[in-house]
Amino acid sequence: MNSASCAAKISTQPFSLNPTSPTSHDNPLVFPKPTSLFLGSTRKLRLSSSSKLNLHRRSGTVVAVSDVVKQKKSKSTPSLLITKEEGLELYEDVILGRAFEDMCAQMYYRGKMFGFVHLYNGQEAVSTGFIKLLKQQDSVVSTYRDHVHALSKGVPARAVMSELFGKTTGCCRGQGGSMHMFSREHNLLGGFAFIGEGIPVATGAAFTSKYKREILKEADCDHVTLAFFGDGTCNNGQFFECLNMAALWKLPIVFVVENNLWAIGMSHLRATSDPQIYKKGPAFGMPGIHVDGMDVLKVREVAKEAIGRARRGEGPTLVECETYRFRGHSLADPDELRDSAEKAYYAARDPITALKKYLIENSLASEADLKAIDKKIDEVVEDAVEFADESPVPSRSQLLENVFADPKGFGIGPDGRYRCEDPKFTEGTAHV
Amino acid sequence: MGFRNIIGRRLGLGLVRRRKPFSTATCDGDGNGNAKSINLYSAINQALHIALETDNRAFVFGEDVSFGGVFRCTTGLADRFGKARVFNTPLCEQGIVGFGIGLAAMGNRAIAEIQFADYIYPAFDQIVNEAAKFRYRSGNQFNCGGLTIRAPYGAVGHGGHYHSQSPEAFFCHVPGIKVVIPRSPRQAKGLLLSCIRDPNPVVFFEPKWLYRLAVEEVPEHDYMLPLSEAEVIRQGSDITLVGWGAQLSVMEQACNEAEKDGISCELIDLKTLLPWDKETVEASVRKTGRVLISHEAPVTGGFGAEISASIVERCFLRLEAPVARVCGLDTPFPLVFEPFYMPTKNKILDAIKATVNY
Repeated sequence: MNSASCAAKISTQPFSLNPTSPTSHDNPLVFPKPTSLFLGSTRKLRLSSSSKLNLHRRSGTVVAVSDVVKQKKSKSTPSLLITKEEGLELYEDVILGRAFEDMCAQMYYRGKMFGFVHLYNGQEAVSTGFIKLLKQQDSVVSTYRDHVHALSKGVPARAVMSELFGKTTGCCRGQGGSMHMFSREHNLLGGFAFIGEGIPVATGAAFTSKYKREILKEADCDHVTLAFFGDGTCNNGQFFECLNMAALWKLPIVFVVENNLWAIGMSHLRATSDPQIYKKGPAFGMPGIHVDGMDVLKVREVAKEAIGRARRGEGPTLVECETYRFRGHSLADPDELRDSAEKAYYAARDPITALKKYLIENSLASEADLKAIDKKIDEVVEDAVEFADESPVPSRSQLLENVFADPKGFGIGPDGRYRCEDPKFTEGTAHV
Repeated sequence: MGFRNIIGRRLGLGLVRRRKPFSTATCDGDGNGNAKSINLYSAINQALHIALETDNRAFVFGEDVSFGGVFRCTTGLADRFGKARVFNTPLCEQGIVGFGIGLAAMGNRAIAEIQFADYIYPAFDQIVNEAAKFRYRSGNQFNCGGLTIRAPYGAVGHGGHYHSQSPEAFFCHVPGIKVVIPRSPRQAKGLLLSCIRDPNPVVFFEPKWLYRLAVEEVPEHDYMLPLSEAEVIRQGSDITLVGWGAQLSVMEQACNEAEKDGISCELIDLKTLLPWDKETVEASVRKTGRVLISHEAPVTGGFGAEISASIVERCFLRLEAPVARVCGLDTPFPLVFEPFYMPTKNKILDAIKATVNY
């Protein structure tokens, strides 16, 4: 009829399941749910600047601030942001991330793991701040710097370490290695070596949860997807394409930018026309927030808001976390380009030190409690290394498995046996 | 950035290009001039220095090229030629190549670096749909011959899925571009200079395993090696082996071992995969009657298939045995299993014997 309903029809083509026809010729297709629009533009987005919120370093555009956060702001005395249990949980997670990565470096230089390994030291606040708010069914999509995302999401340290060593007990049976951590149980959708490749995957995962909730009517399906990626990725086409799709279809996804200012040797400031990445959110119709990514508690507050929005069906958010990696891009990177003053500046803002200080000053935990956690984590990491060491290396036939859905993907040879079980197939006709 | 100044100056001077004249006859890199023993990345670095020095409208750009690149191939270029000619791009391969096509279409020499050949796929659309067809569909009004795309390819021992791929077969299927792969430092310098100066868009794959490992005497002067000419690097009479890039050193080892068993192998380096030198390979096969092709990429649909089909077409009655292909397995490039995946010396040796004894 008129252009609005025509446009709505086209965009909702695959989902014309609802028998009720559009209630009004002017409104796009409306489903009987409080958060009404399934597909279609979000023209009614309210944009309100909230510079009063001192949670953010610079004023971001925040939409639909939850009441809880507003209330906190109005109190004159600073209230505690976390309880004791939460505090200890967060502390344990950041320590696990740090200890694990340090152990990775040791193992790499001893030759136990190989390939390209990218460590997360210094950025723990982002992983812990966001992922510890998720449920098991929420999905996480990461980059090649994914060990700590896996650990925060709940993948056991043993599985991650084994995967790094290339053993069968690894989370991907040794096939993936450092850059490709997957876990169906914990809904970790990888581990992507290629920057930006994970963002469309996360977008698809978010669409699935929205579909399940609104079309298939699975009651409790309010699953959220988090996509983590870096500053360099924000100049890549896939990033922009997905911001558009996520905002257009109001997907339950949070785009988390881990802006550590460097893409291998390229400074973010020299690679980007407007280095303030959070501004790219409103350009696509979603709120963009900048947060201090070296402070777990600040990240957690912003994450609560963003994840809450997604869970309520209000759509995507772009969160830019200002963070820093203490080590080089990878273990093969000599890290000569970064200014030592810059490194020192961020080293002084180490998230672990900050969290520890907060816990002790607010009497949420004692030194002894924290030391006990340190010790426990050391044991966990050492156990992980031992486990990985003792695990078996995959057999040769695993090389040919899982190329196709048929696990022995090469079918049956002329002699009636699986081709990949024929020793001549994998070995040529002689020893390697 | 001094970019504006450069444009201003250029407009002032008119579009006069200072170019070192070079003859169409190319020397083969021997003889006159000092030769120094250097490795592959240094040879490529030298070629780039010469390319920028001899044409003031040549540019080098890509991810991290400014500080020298992750493989050090672009060391010293930014310091010597300035940030307006040697610069980093943001992380967008599609943008890098598309931008390069634009530069080339306006008469510049654009030398784009794709950090790993595994990352070339976002740019695949621009290469196949734009670069390859630019001259054709504009009726020769425009062309992007000044575009050269360099990418490190191939296994490196620990690269895994995304730092080890050999995508040459995808590009060999595209009429309108050239695909060139050097085997050694001296070849690389000469071939790269030819590619840069060739009036067609070229994809130049550099075997990353050889960046530091291959060391050879390379003349310091400006020299070019001809494209689309294969080279017989070892004479033989029993079987012809065809390969390119890093795989040739593996094949050479297999040839040496085969010689101990009395099999005389002829080894050919294709050098240019598209358009490839069918005549040289055919002449060799007419001499020996047997052919074996080896490459790291998976066997199904690899470039070996094209060579095999062409040779059979031309030399069917001369062939004494089926064309053998010793290539990577049909799986994604594995991480832990790399030694089993690769076409190793032993696999090649067995195939040589099987073919000769057919």
